[in-house]
Amino acid sequence: MRTFPARVDPHFDIEEYDPEADLMALNMGPQHPSTHGVFRIKLFLDGETIVKAVGYPGYLHRGVEKLCEKLTYVQITPIFDKHDYVAPMTNEQAVNMAFEKLLGLEVPMRARVLRTILAELQRIASHLLWLGTFTLDIGGTIGGGASLMMYTFREREMILDLFEMLTGCRFHYNTHSPGGNRHDIPEGWETAVKAVLDAIEPRLDEYDALCDNDIFLVRTKDIGVLPPDLALELGQTGPVLRGSGIDHDLRRDAPYHAYDLVNVKVAVDDGCDCLARYRVRVAEMRESLRLVRELLTMIPGGPIIGSKPIKSLVQFKAAKGQVYVGIETPRGELGTYLIGGGDQRGAAPYRLKIRPPSLHAVAAVEYLLPGHMLSDVVTVLGSLDPIMGEVDR
Amino acid sequence: MSPVVHALVIGIPLVTFLMGGAAVATWWERRFAGRMQTRFGPNRVGPAGLLQPVADALKMMQKEDIVPRDADRTLFNLAPLFPPFLVIASAAVIPFAATVGTDGAFEATGAVAALDIGILWVMSLAGLMVFPVWIAGWAANNKYTLLSGMRMVAQGISYEIPMIMTAMVPVIFAGSLSLSDIVAYQDANGWNALSLSPSALVGAVAALVFFLASLAEANRIPFDIPEAESELIAGVMVEYTGIKFGIFMLAEYLHTIVASALTAVLFFGGPSGPGPEFLGIAWMLGKTGALFVLIYWIRWSLYRLRSDQLMDLCWRVLVPLSLFLVMAAAVLVAGGFA
Repeated sequence: MRTFPARVDPHFDIEEYDPEADLMALNMGPQHPSTHGVFRIKLFLDGETIVKAVGYPGYLHRGVEKLCEKLTYVQITPIFDKHDYVAPMTNEQAVNMAFEKLLGLEVPMRARVLRTILAELQRIASHLLWLGTFTLDIGGTIGGGASLMMYTFREREMILDLFEMLTGCRFHYNTHSPGGNRHDIPEGWETAVKAVLDAIEPRLDEYDALCDNDIFLVRTKDIGVLPPDLALELGQTGPVLRGSGIDHDLRRDAPYHAYDLVNVKVAVDDGCDCLARYRVRVAEMRESLRLVRELLTMIPGGPIIGSKPIKSLVQFKAAKGQVYVGIETPRGELGTYLIGGGDQRGAAPYRLKIRPPSLHAVAAVEYLLPGHMLSDVVTVLGSLDPIMGEVDR
Repeated sequence: MSPVVHALVIGIPLVTFLMGGAAVATWWERRFAGRMQTRFGPNRVGPAGLLQPVADALKMMQKEDIVPRDADRTLFNLAPLFPPFLVIASAAVIPFAATVGTDGAFEATGAVAALDIGILWVMSLAGLMVFPVWIAGWAANNKYTLLSGMRMVAQGISYEIPMIMTAMVPVIFAGSLSLSDIVAYQDANGWNALSLSPSALVGAVAALVFFLASLAEANRIPFDIPEAESELIAGVMVEYTGIKFGIFMLAEYLHTIVASALTAVLFFGGPSGPGPEFLGIAWMLGKTGALFVLIYWIRWSLYRLRSDQLMDLCWRVLVPLSLFLVMAAAVLVAGGFA
């Protein structure tokens, strides 16, 4: 049994600069190149050692949840593309699955398999972006880190090209709708996907060479150790939780889409540190490649949208009640809690609450940082892979 | 020729060359980095983007010159002046050319001021380099620059020790502090860090340590923690705008060129090499260029160490190793093996 050092209480009593404690209060962010958007961390430094860290999210709050109460179900999907802007596909799926559950719509098999493929491709794209920005944090924007970022963006572009073939959009797709998908698979898309997978797979081996890099290892090993019990208490999900040695993945434990047709091998690493989270994400990319390969062979024929396509808002009139849908996005469990029957026609949500995995991830920062050096702030924050659009909503 | 005339005749071309070299180096580095990163790099301004440094300089001169309200104005404005001055001054003693005397003896010439204590001059100027950075870090009255300045001081004075120690290795072999004499010794005895002999083995390890210490002194990855833009944004340059920022950048490139030249002179024979004497400059340029390429190759490949790991490497590995190298060199010389 591995023992962890005593847990640091991030909330002990140093609120402002205290000359007697001889600490320096340093505001990192919101305008800082390495805070992955506009996250602000207030650091209390003893020399370069962090004594206390306080995270302040909220600089990117756009009122998405409130906005959804004024929009009809079909209008909400494009809003959700901008929510977690690194994985828009899975966001659309989360919210549309909640609508389908509320409205009792059946999704055709073809659309379900297609959604699974899209989700896995999106996972690869999101993890590639994460890998690039993570090494950017360690290696610097003018240096080795930027080199790997350019490589991962090259691969990510290929996946965005696939999405463009399918939906016409590179980033904000709006391809899911309640009851099915809008865009059917175009001619030659499967071949293109296979070509992209074949191109990416050997390059993942090249990225594995990072684990032979001593500088990468000393910068990530035993940095930001998140014990399993603390990870559970903080509500971590996704790679952060699995990097702390807890085997939990909604794709396998609560299958949705077509995940019940395939056997998802969940990557778990009990290192609990930044290196473990890196390993989990790289293993997930390989697993996603395998899953997409497998799913491509089992796309059934038929329609991609339900037999009753949504023609008018009147259909939603009876939509009352509340549902919760959680799916495994690249960052963890994205939960959508929906109460139906908003406006007079019943065509909008009464309340839509999002449970973003990134919000829980940045909550860990206050526990992980004390005791580390200033340089580790960006490593730890990067390893948690927060997307501030998702944190602040 | 009087020393003043000599200094002007050689110094003006040298400074011009260094300044031009630094400008071309920025262009070359960006093209090189572009090739490494599957992109093009600057290729729009002039042929193959060669005029990009000019455009950059013009752009920086047009930018507003901002002095933070709470900054120490005098020191803030003074700090950028020193780094290029110190770097160019240390280049003054480096011999760039080779001549063969009437008696057939090789002589390394071309230094602006061929001081007998060339090494001492270079090392003392390198030691002064921490001051402008610290002044800049302090004067800007910004916490990020302050942290960066503190890192620079810690790193600068730590890495000076292995740097000076390993610079003593060729000094011990050549029995002289003059860079020209060191090159002449290397030419006469066929010694350099790549030749095969016990003394050259010591020299090779010393060259490696010296090279690493130069990387740290010149703030290059993996030792560029004073300007660690992931956490400190731009280090001491956070508050500098326009041409003052540009001067800091210029000094960085100058520093890299001079560090490469110094490594080439101390451990790789500088202007000495096969062929007629007029090839001396070409040899010097080639060796400096090769080391310069290596520095940037490392820069665009590796990640950055943390500040405490950097100090660990210096005090636990490089300092003991360099002490051992000095001892080994002394034993070899005393035992008549070199």
